Formats: sequence, structure tokens, C-alpha cells
Amino acid sequence: MGVALTRSAQWTAAGYGTRTLEITPLNEVILKEIVMFVESFIYKHPQEAKYVFVEPLEWKTNLDPSAFESGYIVSETTVKSEEVDKDGQPLLFLSVPHIKIRSLGQLSRLLLIAKDRKLKEAQACIEANRDPVTKILGLDYNTVKEDTSTVNILDKITKDEDPESEIKMKVGMLLKQLDLHLLNHSLKHISLQICLNPTTVKNDIELLKHFSGKGEQTVLESIDYTSDYEFSNGCRAPPWRQIHGEICYVLVKPHDVETLCVTCSTEGVFLNGGKTEDEGEINYERKSEIYKDLVTFLKEKSAKFSENMSKQRKREERKKERKEKEKKKREKKKNEKKKREKKKRKKKKGEKKKGVGEGNKSKSKTKQNKTKQKRTTGEYLLILCTLSPLASPGSCPKSAEKIEEILSDSSSENEEDEEPPDRRQEANADLPSEYWQIQKLVKYLKGGNQTATVIALRSMKDFNLAQETCQLAIRDVGGLEVLINLLDTDEVKCKIGSLKILKEISHNPQIRRNIVDLGGLPVMVNILDSPHKSLKCLAAETIANVAKFRRARRAVRHHGGITKLVALLDCAQSSAKPAQSSLYDARDVEVARCGALALWSCSKSNANKEAIRQAGGIPLLAHLLKTSHENMLIPVVGTLQECASEENYRAAIKAERIIENLVKNLNSENEQLQEQCAMAIYQCAEDKETRDLVRLHGGLKPLASLLNNTDNKERLAAVTGAIWKCSISKENATKFREYEAIETLVGLLTDQPEEVLVNVVGALGECCQEYENRVLVRKCGGLQPLVNLLVGINQTLLVNVTKAVGACAVEPESMMIIDRLDGVRLLWSLLKNPHPDVKASAAWALCPCIQNAKDAGEMVRCLVGGLELIVNLLKSDNKEVLASVCAVITNIAKDQENLAVITDHGVNNDKLRRHLAEAISRCCMWGRNRVAFGEYKAVAPLVRYLKSNDLSEDVDNCITIHENGNGAVKLLLGMIGSSDHDLQEAAAGCISNIRRLALAIDKARYT
Amino acid sequence: PPFPKIKKIIRENTFTVLEVECLIRLFHSLVERANVRLNNFGLDRNAFRAILHSVFGMTDDMLMNRVFFAFDKDNDNCINAKEWVKGLSVFLRGTFEEKLKFCFEVYYLNGDGYISQEEIFDMLKNSLHQQSSEEETDEGIRELVDITLKKMDYDNDGKISFADFEKAVKEDKLLLEVFGPCLPEAKVECQQLKLVKGTF
Repeated sequence: MGVALTRSAQWTAAGYGTRTLEITPLNEVILKEIVMFVESFIYKHPQEAKYVFVEPLEWKTNLDPSAFESGYIVSETTVKSEEVDKDGQPLLFLSVPHIKIRSLGQLSRLLLIAKDRKLKEAQACIEANRDPVTKILGLDYNTVKEDTSTVNILDKITKDEDPESEIKMKVGMLLKQLDLHLLNHSLKHISLQICLNPTTVKNDIELLKHFSGKGEQTVLESIDYTSDYEFSNGCRAPPWRQIHGEICYVLVKPHDVETLCVTCSTEGVFLNGGKTEDEGEINYERKSEIYKDLVTFLKEKSAKFSENMSKQRKREERKKERKEKEKKKREKKKNEKKKREKKKRKKKKGEKKKGVGEGNKSKSKTKQNKTKQKRTTGEYLLILCTLSPLASPGSCPKSAEKIEEILSDSSSENEEDEEPPDRRQEANADLPSEYWQIQKLVKYLKGGNQTATVIALRSMKDFNLAQETCQLAIRDVGGLEVLINLLDTDEVKCKIGSLKILKEISHNPQIRRNIVDLGGLPVMVNILDSPHKSLKCLAAETIANVAKFRRARRAVRHHGGITKLVALLDCAQSSAKPAQSSLYDARDVEVARCGALALWSCSKSNANKEAIRQAGGIPLLAHLLKTSHENMLIPVVGTLQECASEENYRAAIKAERIIENLVKNLNSENEQLQEQCAMAIYQCAEDKETRDLVRLHGGLKPLASLLNNTDNKERLAAVTGAIWKCSISKENATKFREYEAIETLVGLLTDQPEEVLVNVVGALGECCQEYENRVLVRKCGGLQPLVNLLVGINQTLLVNVTKAVGACAVEPESMMIIDRLDGVRLLWSLLKNPHPDVKASAAWALCPCIQNAKDAGEMVRCLVGGLELIVNLLKSDNKEVLASVCAVITNIAKDQENLAVITDHGVNNDKLRRHLAEAISRCCMWGRNRVAFGEYKAVAPLVRYLKSNDLSEDVDNCITIHENGNGAVKLLLGMIGSSDHDLQEAAAGCISNIRRLALAIDKARYT
Repeated sequence: PPFPKIKKIIRENTFTVLEVECLIRLFHSLVERANVRLNNFGLDRNAFRAILHSVFGMTDDMLMNRVFFAFDKDNDNCINAKEWVKGLSVFLRGTFEEKLKFCFEVYYLNGDGYISQEEIFDMLKNSLHQQSSEEETDEGIRELVDITLKKMDYDNDGKISFADFEKAVKEDKLLLEVFGPCLPEAKVECQQLKLVKGTF
């Protein structure tokens, strides 16, 4: 119940203390469920009903003492229950108006007594007791959080062997069940909500507006928004109200009642407190029930509205019938006409379109039947259209057709999440004049010869094709089909004209999708072979625009587009012949640029990356990198950057000496180019040689200086990423200090988007592997923001932050600060993070903390449940987690008292040792860990701890240590030279066991 | 051996000596084939139109007539060897400016230096497939005329001057043959270049 109450229930935002439950449908449902649960509790669970709460639930009741009857001792102002606890205290005590209840049984009875006021009582109870579960079961019970599971609770309870705790547990479980039930219920409720959205609301209002005005016939006198400003999401409510799902406020004046101030929210429509006279502010409080939409609401509020609305509807229906007849006639005529046309036309252009249109018609007819019973926006629109002044007899059928299209299209499939839902233009009364003009042009495209087609195309290009209305208009009048069909003809000029338009309108995500659906990509891919350079360019540029989503990229590849695009890159090279004029050069460069542009879009799919490589794209891209044209460099570097996620690309990039050019272009003036170069370096610098190359070509300095420009966040993310990866090399980290990048990085720890933060923290983590840098970070005040970031939720960020904090903690002085900032506790709590990488990274970071803390033992003991937590992590099957946890344990184990605690935690010595031994041997399989073990000085205490154990006597352990752990042996050897006698002895023992075993193996081999 | 007349032709054109020789030889064979009268040594309109159709893939009769007049610089209703080579030079190797001028010449017929509204209407007359009624088609064509005038008539005098034409085409090369194809098509052009290079 706790979770449901805090997460699902909607509390008013009135602030602390006086918070009350808002009266929303969801809350009502939750309350009802709780009441039902409590009411029936006394019958269903008579045993548990007697359980006495740890703390009473207290609230102010409205119940009168006189309401209580048998079973209670009633006086004028007090009521005591006859039921008492073992100390003789009554389980219910009412002293008007305060009531205290200490058992679920009494709660049950109270609700029965309260009768129709029980909801109010339940609400008052929950408002006054914000954490009822804690009060019922006690604080300690509630702190046992989800992650430690019911097993632990069981443990705790069975230990005591107390019948009372058993009941307590049952109550706990019942409450937990209720909680789950409530959550489920509220989820169901939310999904059932009618959810209005800004568009539907807007349509309703527009429609009603249309029917409003003076006179008896209209449905309303007036309807107006309270605010003229519309946010981009379609809402008019101020943002802080939008949070509550409110969309807009409307002032409605019906004929027969006073002006109503209405709130339209996603949950429905309701009356609000009205607009105050003096300030014009709206009182947002709900004053009525919630209705599912505006029409229902108004029908309820105004009889006149209801009456006129139904009249209106009848009129519409008659009109529609008449229109339908007319339309049929007209359609007949049209079909005849089309048949005649068809004979003349060789091309299938027209047919295709017509087929589509007819399909729509039949589909939408069945739809219309459905909509008759249930009024939808679609029908509203229909009504609207027939009435609109624009609907002169000539244009009427067109708009009607369009609506049918809308209806039939609204169910269109949404196959890929990255694709936006299909949206037709609003068929409202004022279609832009462009729409009709474009429709006419498309008519000429369809019915004209080459000359007329070119003129129409040229004229279409003069529209503002960047504007969505025009883009959608072209599509909605069937222009896309024609444009794509034109690409299939032999007329170069038509193709050019068509591509010029397609190139512009394909910036629109919906149009892209339509182009792919109409089979535009294969045709464009074919054009890439054309001898016409301008045609090739246009086709490639259009492909670059269209291939912004997966399905399109796949289509390009399947039709052989990648190979052809890569071939375009070759143009610049072949034209290097001296005989050609510079004019030709420029055009070839342009072709290559367009090719690169298209490849950049395509390279976002992994299969395409491979296809580009196979088509021999890498050397060509490398060659193009040598040019100095920025427009060329951006797509080229962009493609390389995308592809550098693949291992074989990185190798090729190194081999083709691409890094040098990337570094060179970091110094460019163009921000986009800088960004792409930095991204490419980021991708490639996982490799040590590449990192060195970046340094050798002088790439670190421009990177560092780019840090100072923080306005362009994309570029900043790319630059910080590159710095992060580069600083993995120590030499680079030193260089960055020289360039004063560390200070800047520390400055970037606050107020940056996560993409940037991840990289900045990553970079600091790497840089802090060096002493000077650690000191620098501390001096710049970097520790505080770093520790602050430990509470984030982004996994990648957490991994980096923990690493950085760990790196800083190597410095005792920094460690003091981290400890003071509560960093150790935060790190420790990250051991509970579900993601193993975060766990491991946090554990590694804890090692230096424990080493360098002043009183490490005490510090660790102070963390409640900390040791238990870490011992439990030994059960993890993630190697990295195991390794890190072992390292932590060895550090903890230096403190005898903690060692004892660890042992107490149900892990007997042998078990722990076995885990440790396993962990050591596993960890030694990776060189990095071996080094880490050495660095964290983990081996010595480990070995010491293992002194008396069976580790080295266990054959398997020895084999693993021997085979994988040359480093371990080396360390052991080093330890023999240590001044610590015990350690010497242990290490020597270990080695002797290992040697003995090795000899035994050798012997076995030779005999 | 190149005689002086050819030398002069070479100077004025973009072809090489060999190419010009080939063109002239081609011209003679075409003339022979066309079987023209000897006193009017050259290609008459019908013969030339036949060539435009068969070699350059042109189809529109009216435009072919206009191209003939554009070739026929001396207005003697006959294309001589010089006019042939010169015309083909623009046709096949013309610079953008030359082509621009050539197209404009083809489009303005009555010689006043402007393309008038009526002329445009004439040229676009057949550009729309027959709609349901003649009026509708006519209306469509008138609309197309309006569109082009709106696009190209920069000085708003209701007709297109060479300056208008030049400005519009320079802005968008698609407008070069705005009133109908009067240059060899790009792909034909490629073939023809091979042809000129002496394989004919």
C-alpha cells in the first residue's frame, strides 16, 4: 500500500504538512479499493485482525460518538472499544474529534459504522497517516526494502519463534498484496482513461465554434479559449498546469445558462472555479464531475445545447444523404471520364492513383457506418465540411474524399517505432490556398507532355517546400506517386525537376516513409548509374534524406544502392586527369559529396557499414578526406565516424592514415566538422596506437581548446568523448594538464546534459590515474560535483563517476574530502545497483577509499548492513563483480573486528576463503586485474588471510594460480621479501605449494 | 585537303578539322540522299525536319520548323554547308550561352525580339493531353502560360525579352527548353558526338 500511495495516488501540490489527496477519479478508485480491503478484513482474516499496531493510526474523524453501539463504551465526547490489548489499553479510542485505532479489526468495524461516510474517513485517515504501513508494522519492518526480499523477513521472524511475529508477517504480506493490487488497479485505470488529447479537444472546440453565434438555431452563444497562445504541443494551459494533464480552458456561453469556465484535460472535461474578475486568473480547482468530452459536458449543463445539437445532427444527416446521391452521380461521370483518359494514356500513373482512391472509398464506407453510432472527430469533420463556406458545390466532393482518406488512414499501421505516425492534414475549413494550387499543378503533371510537366515541376518548386502544409499537400493530392513515376521515364528534365522537389519534401519524416512505401528508393538507386552528373547528385541527395530510418536504409542496400553510392565517391579521383577543365572537377567533387551524404545516412545501419567496406569505400573516403571542401568533409567524416563503431573500420582507419586528417580538420572553423572529427576520434581512440597518433599529430591541443565553447552541446559531447578516450594514455593525460583541460573539465561537471557528463567524468577518471591531475582536481573543487553525481541513475555515468571517485580516493587528502561528503556511503549503496558494471566499478572505487580512510574499520562498520551486503555479493556470478568485491573484502579484512563481522555474517571461514581463492584465480586471468590487484595492494592481505587455509593445498586453486597467475607468483615472490613475517611465511607457503604441484605435474607428464 | 572555306568554318566553331570534314561529308551525303535541286544547294525544310526527327529524335513538327528557321541564318529557306556546321556546333558542342541564344531564337518567331503571350500559347497548345472538354484544356494551357509568364517575365510587360529569358534560365537551367524541346536530348547528344568523330 505504501508504494501505491506514494507513487500512484495524486497528492495536491500544496506543499508539506497540509497535503491532501486530490479528488481525482484515480484516487477515488484507490480509496474504494482500500476501503473494500479493510472492510472485509475482519471476516477474511479474523486472526490477523487482532494484531495490534506498533503505533496507532490517528486522525480527525467526523463521526459522532453516538454512532458507536455494542462493543464500545460510549460517553458524550469519548468512545473506547471493549477490545483491549494485553496491557488493557483499548484498541479504538475516540475523543472528539481525534480518533486512534490500533488494529485492523477495529478499522474494519469503524468503516462499517461510518456507513456512507466511510470514503471520507478513509481519506482522512490516509491523509493524516502518510505512511500507514510503518505505523502498523513498525519502522524496522519497513526499512527492510524490496531488494532484500521476503526471505530475509522470514528469517528475521522465524528466528524469534514467536506466534505474534508470525501474525505480523502475515499482516505484512497481506498489506503487500494489497499494495500490488492497488498498483495493478491504478495501472488498469490509467489505461482505461478516455484520454483526450489537444487535437481532439481543438477539433471539438473548432466545430462548436462553427455552430455558435447569435440566433435560436445555433447550439451556443459563444465559445472561446481563455488564452490565445498555443504551445507547440497544442496545449494552451500554462506549463505548470499541463503537468496535471490540463490542455486548455474555455469560456462557454450557452443560450440558457450563465457563462461556464471549463477545463479540458486529458482526463476529461469539467467545470473549474472560473475566471476571477480582477486579475483574469483562472481558479483551477475542479467544481464538477468529469465528463468524457466537451459535447457530453455541455449536453448535461445546457438543455438548449442538447436540443439544438440533435436538430443540427438530423439536418446534417439529411444533407449527407443528399450529398451521397450527388457524389455517386458525379463518381459515375468521373469514372467514365477516367476510362476515356486511360485509353489515351500509356502510363499507369493515373490508374495507380485511382486504384488507391477507390480502395479508400470502400473502406471508409464501412467506417462511416460505425461512426454513426459513436460520434468521432471524423464525423465532426464531416459535418464541418458540409457546412463550411468553402464547400462550394465544386470543391465539396474533394474535401469529402479527403476526409474519407483521413478515416481510412487513421488506422494505418505503425510498423516501426522510429517512424512517426501518419498524419493527414487537418481537413478544416481553411485549407491553405497552396493546397489548391498544388492540386492543379499535379493535374498538369499527370496530364501534360514533357514541356507541361517541366513547367509544372518548376512552378511547384517555387512553393515553400520546407513548409509542412506544402509537403503534405503534394502527397495528399497524389503528387508523390506522379513524382516517383516520373523518375522511371526517359525524360532527363522531368527526372531532374521531380528529384529537386523530392529532395526538398523528403525532409519531412512522413514523406520519407511515403516515398519508401511507393517504391521510390529502387528507382532512385537506378538513377545513380545515370551518366548525368546533376541527376546522380540529386538522386544521392534525396536518398540521403530518405534513408533516415531503418527500413529505408535496408531498401537502399537490398537494391544495390551502397555499391553505387560508393562508386560515386570515385568520381573525384578519376577526374584528376590534367586534360579536364576545372569545371568538370567541380561537378565531380559535387557528385562525390552527394554520394558521401547518402552514405552518411545509410551508415547508421550495421549491415550497411559492412556493405560500404566491402564495396571498397574506406580508401575512397580516406582519399576524399584530403580535400579542403568543408561540405565534402562533413559527410565523409560523418560516415567514417558512424562506421568506426566496427572493429575492422578502426583498423582500416589506422592503416589508411586517416587520423592525421581528422586531427587536421579539428582545427577547421566549421562546428559540424569539428564535431564529426571529434566523434570519429572518440570512436577510434579505444586503440592505444590511435591515441598516440592523435597526440603525435597534435590533436590534443585543439581538443582541449574546443572545450571552452560549451554552447553547442552535440559538439561538446563529441569533444569530451574524444578527450576521455584519448586520456586513457598517460602521456595524453599529462598533455591535457599542460593544456589546462583538467580545470575546464572540472568546470563542466555541473549544468551539462548527460551525454556530456558521461564523457567529462570518464575523462577525469582517466586523468586522475596520475598524481598531479588528482591534486589538480581536488584543488579545482572537482570532488564535490563528482560525489554529487554518485546519486544519478544513468548506468554509464555511474560507472564513470565511481571510477573517477575511486581514482581520486587514492590521494589521502582527497579521500578525507570524499568521506566528509558522504561519498563512501554513496559508493557503498551503489553496490545495490542492479547493473553489474556499476556494482563492480563501485566496488573497485571502494578499495582505495578503505585503504586511505583514517579509520577505515570504523567507517565500514558504520554502514548499516554494509558488510552483509558485500558478503552477499560474493554469490554473484559476474567475474568483474567478484573480483572487485574480493578486493574490497581483502581491504576490509585488514581490520580484525570487521573480519569477525564478515565471518559472523553466516559465511564460515572456509566458504569465504574458497570464494576468495576462486576470485583471485579468476581475476588473475586478466592482466588488467592483476595489475589492479597489485596497485591496490590487495594481494598481501589476501595472502595473509589465506595463510591458514587450504587454498594452496587445493590442487585446482594451485593450478589456476600457477597457470594464469604468473603475475601472482611474481607478487608472491615480492612478498617474501617483505618485512612482515606472517606475510613472508604465507607467501612462501603458497609458492611452495604451487611449485610442488608444478613438479608433480611435470613428473606425471614424463612418466 | 582543307580548302579556305572550311578553314573559316573551323575558326568559327568548336570542332576539330577532322570533325568538320566529317560533318561536311555527312552534309553532302544527306543532300544527295534528299535529292534536292542543284540550283539551291542545301537542305530544304522537309529534308532537314526528317534529319531532326531521325537523328536527333525530335517529334514536334512546329518546333522542328522553328529549329529550321533558327538554323537558316540567311532566311533562304535552305540550309547550306556553313549553316549546317554552325548550327550543329551549337547543337552538339554549344556553350551554355550559345544554347541559351539558340533556344530564344527558336521560341520567338515573328522577329520582334520578344516571346509574346500568344506565341507561348501556340507553343504549349499541345502540351496537355485532351481533357474532358476543349475549354478545360484551353483553360489549363492558359494557366501554364500564366505560370511561365509569372516566372519569366521579370519586367512585367506581358512578354519575354531575351534579358528575361536569360535571367530565368540562369536561375534554373530546366527552363532552357521551357516551351518545348529544341536541342538534342542529352543521351542522343552523347551518341551524336561519337558520330561526329568520324565513324559515320
